[in-house]
Amino acid sequence: MPPATARIVITGVGLTAPNGNSLAEFRRNLLTGVAGIERMEIRYMGPQLAGVCHYDALRHQKKKEVRVGTRAGSISIYCAREALADSGLAWDAMPKDRVGIYLGITEHGNVETENEIYNISKFNYDTKYWSHYHNPRTVANNPAGETSLNLGVTGPAYTIGAACAAGNMGLVHAAQMLRLGEVDFALCGGVSESIHTFGIFAGFKSQNALATHDDPPKASRPFDLARNGIVISEGGCLYTLERLDDAQKRGAKIYAEIAGWHVNSDASDYVLPNPTRQAECIRAALARARLAPRDIHLVNTHATATPLGDIQECEAIRAVFGDGCPDTSINNTKSFIGHCMGAAGALELAGNLPSFDDLTVHPTINVDHLDPQCALPGLVLNQPRKVAKVDTILNNSFGMLGINSTLIVRRFGT
Amino acid sequence: MTKDECKQIVLDIIADIAPDEDLSHVKPGVRLRDQLQLDSMDFLDIVMELRKRHGIEVPEADYQQLASLDSSAEYLTPKFIALGK
Repeated sequence: MPPATARIVITGVGLTAPNGNSLAEFRRNLLTGVAGIERMEIRYMGPQLAGVCHYDALRHQKKKEVRVGTRAGSISIYCAREALADSGLAWDAMPKDRVGIYLGITEHGNVETENEIYNISKFNYDTKYWSHYHNPRTVANNPAGETSLNLGVTGPAYTIGAACAAGNMGLVHAAQMLRLGEVDFALCGGVSESIHTFGIFAGFKSQNALATHDDPPKASRPFDLARNGIVISEGGCLYTLERLDDAQKRGAKIYAEIAGWHVNSDASDYVLPNPTRQAECIRAALARARLAPRDIHLVNTHATATPLGDIQECEAIRAVFGDGCPDTSINNTKSFIGHCMGAAGALELAGNLPSFDDLTVHPTINVDHLDPQCALPGLVLNQPRKVAKVDTILNNSFGMLGINSTLIVRRFGT
Repeated sequence: MTKDECKQIVLDIIADIAPDEDLSHVKPGVRLRDQLQLDSMDFLDIVMELRKRHGIEVPEADYQQLASLDSSAEYLTPKFIALGK
């Protein structure tokens, strides 16, 4: 049994985002202001703004796997294979029953169910035309299960449903399982296929929370006065996590150490965020990491560009960080890639990890007129900012039904 | 509808459901599962596509008739003819 306080490190990253299919490409675009939002035809609704990933599915899957499986499964397999390659692990020698796959998801099964209903609508709603693949495609563990099939992983492989807090949750859960000794190596993070379900778009539109803009790359605009809602995106980001001693034994490259986390619930509303609980979540994560607010050098916000949600997160951050954290920069990755739902937390963390090396904070773009209610000290707007030190990153990810997650990573060796 | 046309219909379906397979050397008299990577879900796909594309029903008791291209043609050709195809 490893000690309950075993140190956990990130040793590999694999991702697909609307503006990049590798960490290097993603980071380059975050530093050069390249957003990844486009118009996409959505069933029953016509063209909508969306973040679409353009990875090569056949790089790691057979055509039949793509046909039979789901988009979330495909994204997950791509990210898992890329993360594994990046980790440098001798995969063939790794006991596959000691590997865990833990994937955060916002939802799963909407896409496949909508597709089947549309399919049988062409046959007068006769259910004998309903696909026999419906159940394996829609079970909640689908993307993790498809990844286990592709990789031959026989350890635990399942998803963690946590709305848009899920990306962080994949990492948190993996760290917990590594500390418990349940597994020796984890593939974890979050995935989303949500742009392929009209229901998500229609739901946000009915909620008056779906972004509109004439120029797609400018549509996702957290903190801007003219923000008018969420841009829905797909994506995925998986990490390889290991206990530090295992990683050091094999001479692995170490991206970061998991320093602390916290997960809590608002218990106050179906959709409205609760800044008091968010602040509690941030404070509890800091406490676990044994850090003070002033020790955090980069805060990556969850802000989705809804008029109220952004203000409330800023209120939570202001409550914790106040004016006494001169070395704390604050940014937002959704301004480039929209809201990648279950992948959001994992992708947004990845986009900031390189700051440990390049000492640059990527900006929040599309802020033409900063909302005074979002004017936090340390906000990095429109242009990247060179900073003297990045030893710690705090990553917020919040979701509907009031689930909050905060994850803190630190540069290894600090 | 000839038996050769019927075999081509089945092959066209298999090409869609098993897109990684090379179908140029499929032996008509040999069980499809012995020469291609097809599982039970794939055979359900063949049944579904016959239903969707051609209005042909294959009851579960008759699934074994789809074992090879030859047996498929023997079984399916009269069904196509009965539908006026």
